[in-house]
Amino acid sequence: MRAAITIENLSKRYRSGGLHPGYMTFREMLGGIITAPFRKQSFGNGTNTIWALRDVNLNINHGELVGIIGHNGAGKSTLLKILSRVTKPTTGQVKLYGRVGSLLEVGTGFHPDLSGRENIFLSGAILGMRRAEIDRKFDEILAFSELEQFAETPVKWYSTGMYVRLAFSVAAHLEPEILMMDEVLAVGDAAFQQKCLDKMHQIRQQGRTILFVSHDMAAITRLCKRAVLLERGQIVGDGIPQEIVNQYLSSNWKTGADHEWAGPSEAPGNDIVRLRRVRVCDESGSTVSAVSIHNPFAIEVVYDVLKPGHVLVPVIELHNEQGVELFSTHDTGSEWRHKPREAARYTSSAWVPGNLLAEGGLVAHVSIMSHIPATTLHAHERNAIAFQLVDNQPEDSARGDYVGPMPGIVRPLLKWTTTAAATSPI
Amino acid sequence: MDLQANKSPQSQTPVTTQPAFSKQELGTEKPHALIKSEEEGVQLNVAELWDFRELLYFLTLRDVKVRYKQTLMGIAWVLIQPVLTMFIFTLVFGRFVKVDTGAIPYPLFALSGLLLWLFFANSVTNSTQSLVSNSNLITKVYFPRMFVPAASVTAGIVDLSVAFLLLVVLTGYYRVGLSWHNLLLPFFVLLMTMLALSVGLLFSALTVKYRDLRHALPFIIQIWLFASPVIYPATVVPENWRLLMLLNPIAGIVEGFRASLMGLPFNWPHIAIAGGITLLLLLVSFYVFRRLESSFADVI
Repeated sequence: MRAAITIENLSKRYRSGGLHPGYMTFREMLGGIITAPFRKQSFGNGTNTIWALRDVNLNINHGELVGIIGHNGAGKSTLLKILSRVTKPTTGQVKLYGRVGSLLEVGTGFHPDLSGRENIFLSGAILGMRRAEIDRKFDEILAFSELEQFAETPVKWYSTGMYVRLAFSVAAHLEPEILMMDEVLAVGDAAFQQKCLDKMHQIRQQGRTILFVSHDMAAITRLCKRAVLLERGQIVGDGIPQEIVNQYLSSNWKTGADHEWAGPSEAPGNDIVRLRRVRVCDESGSTVSAVSIHNPFAIEVVYDVLKPGHVLVPVIELHNEQGVELFSTHDTGSEWRHKPREAARYTSSAWVPGNLLAEGGLVAHVSIMSHIPATTLHAHERNAIAFQLVDNQPEDSARGDYVGPMPGIVRPLLKWTTTAAATSPI
Repeated sequence: MDLQANKSPQSQTPVTTQPAFSKQELGTEKPHALIKSEEEGVQLNVAELWDFRELLYFLTLRDVKVRYKQTLMGIAWVLIQPVLTMFIFTLVFGRFVKVDTGAIPYPLFALSGLLLWLFFANSVTNSTQSLVSNSNLITKVYFPRMFVPAASVTAGIVDLSVAFLLLVVLTGYYRVGLSWHNLLLPFFVLLMTMLALSVGLLFSALTVKYRDLRHALPFIIQIWLFASPVIYPATVVPENWRLLMLLNPIAGIVEGFRASLMGLPFNWPHIAIAGGITLLLLLVSFYVFRRLESSFADVI
């Protein structure tokens, strides 16, 4: 494997406060102006500084498509900025083996007063293309953007969608050996996004290296073969996207696919019932944090009933990453529906069929309730477990051969019928 | 071309230059680019500037095109500005005050000085603002930042070339003959370009951190105009002040430009001092710019 990017002990320190802590006289400022260019930049004792990146080491090989994930402020953008040479690291070094193209925003270098044609050349040159190269690809870029009839219109009169399309078209025709992208997939309508993803596939198939930052976990698991998780400026995970995305989601909701409470005192509940463990498991009974979309899975709730004689109903509410409640389910079918319980440990599982929900991160709230004689909430745990549904075996799911973003909170695999008319309409 | 100072053995920066370590040491191919910390030395990477030369062209084109977009008069502003200024100064200094400009008619005297001066003043004003007004570029994509203020200066050359037609018309009107001195006109334009570039680079880099310069700039430009023999001849300046004027490179450049336009004798020592100061200033500006460049994206 040939290295594309070698990052060694990379750190970046920023001042956390303003430019000058405290008050500064005009004379001091003048003194500062005169001496500033001749002074080594020093950060003083370091009390007003934050480390955006700390001792990052990473090797990326040629042809890898690596997704970088992390919370806001984790250092993702700083890393891309250093790699694209917008800013310099405080310590450490990076070796780049190949021509680098970076897309840290959509429409870099666009000027509103210039026409689409003029902006293609300007933006292309700013992104590092040669004039001859732009000349050669001009028609292709314009065709990709589907804006042929607006080539001479100033871009300030473009709609947002048109602007984004033109901008991405220019960017898509950069031919760097290493491409860095920051959330640029989140633009345009579904059809255009599909075009962009196809382009990314194409770039990847040409053996180029792609590094992209995204908050779209589904896209990361679907497209990348490797994901890197940053947290407070450090790499805390590096590996198979599903595992890394899980790690991210777990730290997001402060929980994982298996949540067990150590003792009865910490467990949520009252003197009648207490939760002991919640987990996601597959048909073989083992805990899974990434469930394939076409497989059934169970959410298993383990609880201790401390006082006998109550009719208890376990309840699960499932939410997606956007906070949309997908469903709420009560145990209605088992023999315990109307039966008072003995004091014992119980395990209840709710089975969710395969090919029902859409891919993405899921989080479950778990409760134990009574409805008889009156509705009472005995135990309740928000965000009890978090896991994800992945859709990367398209032959078994509703996705089929489509790799783009697929809207909808459910993704049933429906029965389709298609018939051909006996006679030709022509 | 190294701009002295801090040059450690590993101070090589990006692209096409030889990396600091040998092939054997690395075991594989040499990196296309090496990114090192901001504590490294300062140097002017000519190979890289050359690599990006087309960008200077596109940035200049942008600056020229955008400047007169959505204006009624368009490119005519390039002519209107010096003509109106010439009329006002001709009225005040030529008619009312009656300064003695020797063999040169005052309107021609004023216009020849003003063309160069307006080129300088506009270039410096535009380049001082340039980095801050292009902050979206600075924070999002890498390219030699020097080209942003430099494009303001090269765009000024385009304006100057158009406005030069005025001078041709006016010399025709006053029946000024051609002479071999005319051949040196581009040399003085070049000197003025270097001066505008050096002041523009310096001010633009400092403005990134200290926005005060934006407010101070109109005063600096105004004072500089009055300190230069643009609208009055150097001969009206008292002897003991004239030494001070030697330090102002604009004086030597403008006087030299006039001499080559009118076919008058050159004051070579004065021109040499102006050229020397300009060159020195340019080197200092390059150094300061490169020194501050790495922090632009963080403080802008």
